[in-house]
Amino acid sequence: MKVSDLTELALRNLRQSLLRNSLTTVGISVGVASLVAMLALGIGLQRLASRRLKASGLFDTVVVTSRRDLRSFNREQEMSGPAPAASPALDEPARARMATLPNVIEAYPDIRFITELRYQDKPHLAMVAGLPASSRNNDAFENLQGTFFSRATAHEVILQKSFAEELLGKSSQVRDDDSSVLEISKSLLGHELEMRYSERVENFPQASRARPRATDPENLEVSYSVISHELKLRIVGVTDLDPESMRGQFRARVFVPLQLAEDLHVLQPGNIRDTTRAFSRTPQYSTVGVKVKSAQDVPTVEQAIQRMGFNTLSIVDATHSMRQFFAILDLFLGIFGSLALAVASIGIVNTLVMAILERRREIGIMKAVGASDSDVKRLFFAEAAVMGLMGGAFGVLLGWSIGRVINIGANLYLARQSFPPEQIWATPWWLVGGAIVFAIVVSFVSGLYPAARAARLDPVQALRYE
Amino acid sequence: MASTSNTSTSNTSVPLAVQIDGASKHYRMGGNLIRALDGISLEVAKGEFLALLGASGSGKSSLLNLIAGLDRPSLGQILVEGRNISAMSPKELASYRLHSVGMVFQSFNLISSMNVLENVELPMRFAEIERARRQQLARQALERVGLGERLGHRPSELSGGEQQRTALARALINRPRLLLADEPTGNLDSRTGTEIMEMIREFNQTMEMTIVMVTHERPLAERYASRMVFLADGKLVREQTSNAGDLALEERHR
Repeated sequence: MKVSDLTELALRNLRQSLLRNSLTTVGISVGVASLVAMLALGIGLQRLASRRLKASGLFDTVVVTSRRDLRSFNREQEMSGPAPAASPALDEPARARMATLPNVIEAYPDIRFITELRYQDKPHLAMVAGLPASSRNNDAFENLQGTFFSRATAHEVILQKSFAEELLGKSSQVRDDDSSVLEISKSLLGHELEMRYSERVENFPQASRARPRATDPENLEVSYSVISHELKLRIVGVTDLDPESMRGQFRARVFVPLQLAEDLHVLQPGNIRDTTRAFSRTPQYSTVGVKVKSAQDVPTVEQAIQRMGFNTLSIVDATHSMRQFFAILDLFLGIFGSLALAVASIGIVNTLVMAILERRREIGIMKAVGASDSDVKRLFFAEAAVMGLMGGAFGVLLGWSIGRVINIGANLYLARQSFPPEQIWATPWWLVGGAIVFAIVVSFVSGLYPAARAARLDPVQALRYE
Repeated sequence: MASTSNTSTSNTSVPLAVQIDGASKHYRMGGNLIRALDGISLEVAKGEFLALLGASGSGKSSLLNLIAGLDRPSLGQILVEGRNISAMSPKELASYRLHSVGMVFQSFNLISSMNVLENVELPMRFAEIERARRQQLARQALERVGLGERLGHRPSELSGGEQQRTALARALINRPRLLLADEPTGNLDSRTGTEIMEMIREFNQTMEMTIVMVTHERPLAERYASRMVFLADGKLVREQTSNAGDLALEERHR
């Protein structure tokens, strides 16, 4: 029999017992919907988690330190490679070389200093850190009130919440609950802050501020002057970032644009130590942060930097074990979701076996006028497939709608808790297609027994049946 | 009809439509062996109109089912136009039923959910004939049995005679050379029954179709069949040419 005839006859037969077949189809829909909903939740949670991990910037950053500082985080690194004194300096040329390594997005120096800031003529002491422009996308600044720095050299400042409270004269013991970042920021944004800092000025024979070239004579005297300055900075943002955060880059209470911090040539704590060593003529960085394209690239970049003669530190890629966890979670969600589909498949078997009993005589007639066993078998398969296809399609729609509704509900809840909205549910196209195909396959399998039974029917017996 | 020469089963000068050699059909029911057919040998010439007569349970319908390829003999063999249908695979048998035999039944056996046209079309669906061609042939067949105006009706909306005519049209649609009729007038009044029988006779005469008809009405058989075969307890008991009265009565298998 042709496929078109098969489909037509199958649809006609399904219409004969419309209620029963509709109920069976609804059963499949519910099964598919539960499967889709479960898997969509699994996928959504996985995406959410990897989004958060990516936004944290924890796993795609390599922290580089110089071996000269004897501050290695890793004994092995310390033992191998050149001796500290023979190690290269972690200076601007080294940073620039790191920035050109493959898969590296940027390499930025960690510039931080403790200094005095005056707000409305009251002095406050705080750690100031330079922030690279890429931090804008870090989830640490998700709850930033106000704006990020307008330019890389803007005379602007972002305050950590507890420091902002301190400026306003509020006690920092009762943070988190009483005052929201929004309220604090209202009275501070746009105001000016005065930062006092010490500039390091190199003393060259010509008293020039230009950096020495590498070919400079060895016997040049190493010295620099420290000059005190004051700089007015405009408060543009307040963030609720935790100053005790494990992300070293954000362990400060006041942030200025990184380029500005560099240009100011602020005296770094390490500079004084460096003067005791003959080889330090140029400004050194205590730490350089290297941002890598993705967590998977971290090990190769780390190796490359180690070969350059520096110590590195990175947090072990957590995405691998996370993917493993979600694979197991998806498996379990899939199994639970499939249970409803398994029940639905029993419904298909039941419906088709009933149909055989009812249409026994009809099957006998078809065989008598020349239908082969395989014609009868395929007809029942076609009926199962039509139910599977329709059930699958409705099921996906239903599952998707359930996901939408729960997503909206969850986001309403998040909004009430003043969290940003999240996509907890994700229904990718492969899930939609896969669920429909799966429903048809399940229907086919369910149709195996009824179809074989119908095909085996003895036409003489069937025709005798009233 | 001048078919007296066919009365002898040993005559091989006329080509045979059906040749049955010692066909038996045994069932086991509750430990007892039921012999529905017991060593039947019978030949039907091409173009013959044969009537199978006997009381109910005599095995006449079982024999017809064997010829129709709906059932297989337990012993013996059945040849239709020289092909041994007892040795055919289920698939070949289905193709044989589709192309070589047409069947009409006492209870019409139309599919109630399909209209007249669709019922007649049905065998052609299994023969994978294009829809347009299928419908054209079905219309022609229905016009031939006088139902050209009732194509869209459901079987339940038709009289018994009309239903049997639909069944006849369906039986003829694939142009079989053998028409098997199982009590075709059993559910009809005598006038309608006559109508149907006239049609069957017409197919026999104008299309040279071989007819094997099961009936328990002897007058009907005498009037239309060229030969009558009597069965009792699954055995062939005697046969006679219908239009020659009891002259050629032959006792067999006693």
